[in-house]
Amino acid sequence: MAVPTALITLLIGMVLTLAGLWVGHNVNLLPVDASSNAPVYDALFEVLFSIGTVLFLGIVGLLIYSLVRFRRRAGDLGDGAAIEGNLPLEIVWTAIPAVVVLFVGIYSYDIYERMGGMASFHDHSAMQVATQQVAYQSASVEATQDPPAERIWGGIGRSTQDGVSPVVLPVDVTAMQFAFIFHYPGPGITAGELHVPLGQPVRLRMEAKDVIHAFWVPQFRLKQDVIPGQPTLLTFTPTRAGSYPIVCAELCGPYHGGMRSTVVVHEPEAFDDWLKSNTPATLASASGGISTKSIS
Amino acid sequence: MTAFTPAELEPRSLQPQGWLKYFSFSLDHKVIGLQYLVCGFAFYLIGGALAGVIRTELASPMSDFVSRDTYNEVLTLHGTIMIFLWIVPVVNGAFGNYLIPFYVGARDMAFPRLNAVAFWLIPPAGILLISSYFLAGAASQSGWTAYPPLSLTTPAAGQIVWILSVLLLGGSSIFGGINFIATVLKLRRPGLKLMQLPMFCWAMLGTSILVVLATPVLAGTLILLSFDIIAHTGFFNPQLGGNVVVYQHLFWFYSHPAVYIMVLPAFGLVSEILPVHARKPLFGYTTMVYSIMAIVVLGLIVWAHHMFTSGTPPWMRLFFTIATSFIAVPTGIKFFNWLATLWGGKIALNSAVLFSCAFIFNFVFGGITGVALAQVPFDIHVHDTYFVVGHFHYIVYGGSVFVIFASLYHWYPKFTGRLLNEDLGRLHFVLTFIGFNLCFAPQHWLGLNGMPRRVAEYDPAFTTWNQVSSVGALLMAVSTLPLLINVVLTAMRGQHAGDNPWNALTPEWLTSSPPPVENWIGEAPLVTEPYGYGEAPGTVEVNRLSGKDLWAQGKP
Ligand code: HEM
Ligand SMILES: [Cu+2]
Ligand SMILES: [Cu+2]
Repeated sequence: MAVPTALITLLIGMVLTLAGLWVGHNVNLLPVDASSNAPVYDALFEVLFSIGTVLFLGIVGLLIYSLVRFRRRAGDLGDGAAIEGNLPLEIVWTAIPAVVVLFVGIYSYDIYERMGGMASFHDHSAMQVATQQVAYQSASVEATQDPPAERIWGGIGRSTQDGVSPVVLPVDVTAMQFAFIFHYPGPGITAGELHVPLGQPVRLRMEAKDVIHAFWVPQFRLKQDVIPGQPTLLTFTPTRAGSYPIVCAELCGPYHGGMRSTVVVHEPEAFDDWLKSNTPATLASASGGISTKSIS
Repeated sequence: MTAFTPAELEPRSLQPQGWLKYFSFSLDHKVIGLQYLVCGFAFYLIGGALAGVIRTELASPMSDFVSRDTYNEVLTLHGTIMIFLWIVPVVNGAFGNYLIPFYVGARDMAFPRLNAVAFWLIPPAGILLISSYFLAGAASQSGWTAYPPLSLTTPAAGQIVWILSVLLLGGSSIFGGINFIATVLKLRRPGLKLMQLPMFCWAMLGTSILVVLATPVLAGTLILLSFDIIAHTGFFNPQLGGNVVVYQHLFWFYSHPAVYIMVLPAFGLVSEILPVHARKPLFGYTTMVYSIMAIVVLGLIVWAHHMFTSGTPPWMRLFFTIATSFIAVPTGIKFFNWLATLWGGKIALNSAVLFSCAFIFNFVFGGITGVALAQVPFDIHVHDTYFVVGHFHYIVYGGSVFVIFASLYHWYPKFTGRLLNEDLGRLHFVLTFIGFNLCFAPQHWLGLNGMPRRVAEYDPAFTTWNQVSSVGALLMAVSTLPLLINVVLTAMRGQHAGDNPWNALTPEWLTSSPPPVENWIGEAPLVTEPYGYGEAPGTVEVNRLSGKDLWAQGKP
C-alpha cells in the first residue's frame, strides 16, 4: 500500500476519534443525576458512548463507501479481485476489538467497585457488619430488626463513601402487587413513599411478598430485583434534593405499569421534621399523622 | 451410481403432487423448507398484528386500548410467536432444510422422516398457543420468560398451554438440530472436505450444536415449572422452599444460546449472499469458521448477563461481564470479513444486497449496545427497560429478519424459477429500513430516561418518543404490503430467472430452478471452491464451466 493511503487512514481515524469524543461529551441522553454513584455511572456512559460512536461511524462509513465506490456499473459483467484473505489484517481486527473490550471490562470493573458493587466480594461479612453499626442522626433509636447472620443474595453493598459518613439509614422495603412499602426500623415509621436525607447513605433491605419486583430509581442509576424468599440489598447516597420516581422494573402482573412510587430527597433539617411528624407515638399521645401516612 | 429421475419416482409415490404437496407429509427437504418458510411467515403476520396492538396501546400514556390482562397476554404471545414460530423455524428450518443438502452434495437430509415430523410439530403447536387466548379463557401473561412466581400465579390453564406449546416447538427444534449435524457430518458427497463447505453449513453446524445442548435444559425447566403449577410442587415456589433465581439460571442457560440460534444461521446466509453479488471470494474463510465455533463456546457461558440485577453474587456478575464482552471479538471478526468481502468487489445494489448491508448497519448498532449492556454497572440502570427492548430488536429484527428478507430476494428465483420485482423490492427495503429505525432507535432514549419494559402505561413525559416509535411500527406494517404483492405477482407472472440468474457457484445453483425432486439429475456436483469468484476477470457466461467445478455431468 502506498503511503498516502496510510496517511488518509490515520487522518480518518483521528477525525473519527474526535467525533466520538465530542458526541460522548456533548450529547446528553441521561436524566438528571441525584445519587453519589450517578456521576460515576455517567462517566462510564460517556466512555462507552464515545467508543461506540467511533466504532459505529467507522464501520458504517466503510460500508457506505464500499457500496458507492465498488458498485457494479451498468454493463460490467466482470468479477472483483480474487482476494481470499489477509492474515495480518485479520489479526489486526481481532486484536483491536479484544483490546477495546478488555479496556472496557477493566474500566467498568473499576466503576462497579466505586459504586460499591464488589463490597461483599472482598469481605463476605461486610454486609452484616455494616448493618450492625447503623444509627440514626435524629431519632437515635437503635436498630433492632436485623437478624445477625442473614444471607443477603445480591445488590450494591458499599455503604460509605470511603469513610466520609459512617452513619447509614436503614430502610426495609417490601414489594407486593402493586406497591412498595417502606419501613424505618428505628423510629418505626411505615410509609408508601421513600423519604431520605440529602447526603446520608441509605441502605435498603428488600424483600417481596408475592412475585418478583424490581426497585429502580432512574435518577440514581440503580436497580435491584426484589425477590420473594431472598432478601436483597441496595445502598445509595442521595446528592440532590427533590422528588424522583421509583419504578417497578420487573413484570409483576396486570398493574405492573402502575407500580410506581416516589423517593423524596430532603435537606437534612426537613428530613428531621419529616421523621418527627411521622414517628408513631409509642405512648398514647396522638401526635403527628402516624401510620395513617399513605400506603398507596 | 444409479440415479433415479423424478419421472421414475413420481408414479410410485403416494404423496400428492403439484401445490398440494406443500400440505402433505412430504419427505423432500425442499418442500419441507418451503413449508417452514410459508408457515413461519403466516405466524410473522400474526405476531406483527400483536405488535400493532402493543404500539397502539403505547401511543398514549394511559392504559386505554386493551385491558391490562389482555396487554400482558398480547406481549407474551408476541414474543413467543416471533421467537419460536417465526425466526427460529425460518432461519433454521426453512433455509437450513432447503440449502444444506445442496451444500453437502446430498439428495436429502440424513433423516427425511424425522425432518417431516419436526416440521409438522410446528403448526399444531402454534395453533395451540394462539388458541389458548380463546379456549383456555386466558393466554399466558407472564412474558416469554415466564419467570416464577408470576407464572405460578397467573391463570394456570393459559400458562400450561404455553408450556406445552413451547415444549413441542423445542422438540421440533431438537429434531431439526440432530438432522443438520448428521447431514453436515455424515452426508457429504465423497471428496468434499469440511473446510470446503459453504459457510452456511458451518453456521448451521454451530447452531445445531447449541440447539442440541441447550434446548433440553429449557424443556426440563418448563416441565418442572408445569409440575409447580399442576401438582403444586415447590421447585420454584418460594413459599414451598423453592428458589426463583434457579429458574432464571436454567431459563437463560437456554435462552441466551437461543439468541445465537436466531442469528448464527443469519450470519451464514449473509456469507452466502455477499460474495455472489460482490463477485469476490468470501474474505477469511478459515477465521470465519473459527469465529463461529468461538461464538458457540462463548455463547454457552454468558447466560447470567440477563440476571445482573437479580439475586446474583458480585463475582458472578463480574465473570459474566467479561465472558459476554468477549463474544464481541469473534462477532467483530465476522463483520470485518464481510466488509473486506465487499471491498474491491463489483457490488450489485439489488434488494438482496441492500437488506444484507442494512443488516450489517443494524447489527453493529445492536452489538455496540450489547457490549454496553454486558457491563454490570451500565446494565444495572437499563436492565428491563426499553433500552433492552431497543437492543434486542436491533439484533433480532435488524439482524435476523433483515437477513430473512435478503435471503428471500436471493433464493426466490431458485424456489420458483422467477425473479422478484426489483422496484417493489427496493420499496420494501426503504419502508422497512426507515420504519424499523424510527420504531426502535427512540426506545434506547426511553429506557435510559426511565421507561421500564412490559408496561401498558407510562409517564406522560415519554409520550412523544413513544408516538414516534408507533409511527415507525406503522411503517413497518405497511412495508409488508410491497413484499406480499411482489411474492404473489411474481409467482404468477414474474420474469423468468433461468437456472442461475446470479452466476453463483454454490451447488444449489448448479441445477434447474426449481430443482428436481432429488436435487440433481445425474450425479451431484463436487464444488470444492464455493467462493471461487474473481479468478477469471472479463466476461462471465451464464453457467460457465470453471475448471475447479467438476459438475459437468450434472447438467442434461
Ligand atoms: C454482540 C453481542 C451481544 C452482546 C454483548 C449482548 C448482550 C446482551 C445483554 C447483556 C443483555 C441483557 C440486557 C438486560 O436484560 O439487561 C441482552 C439482552 C438481549 N439480547 Fe443481546 N447481546 C448481544 C447480541 C445479541 C444477539 C446476537 C441477539 C439475538 C439474535 C441478542 C438478543 C437479545 C435478547 C432477545 C435480549 C433480551 C432478552 C429478554 O430479556 O427478553 N443479543 N443482550
Ligand atoms: Cu412490581
Ligand atoms: Cu444473552
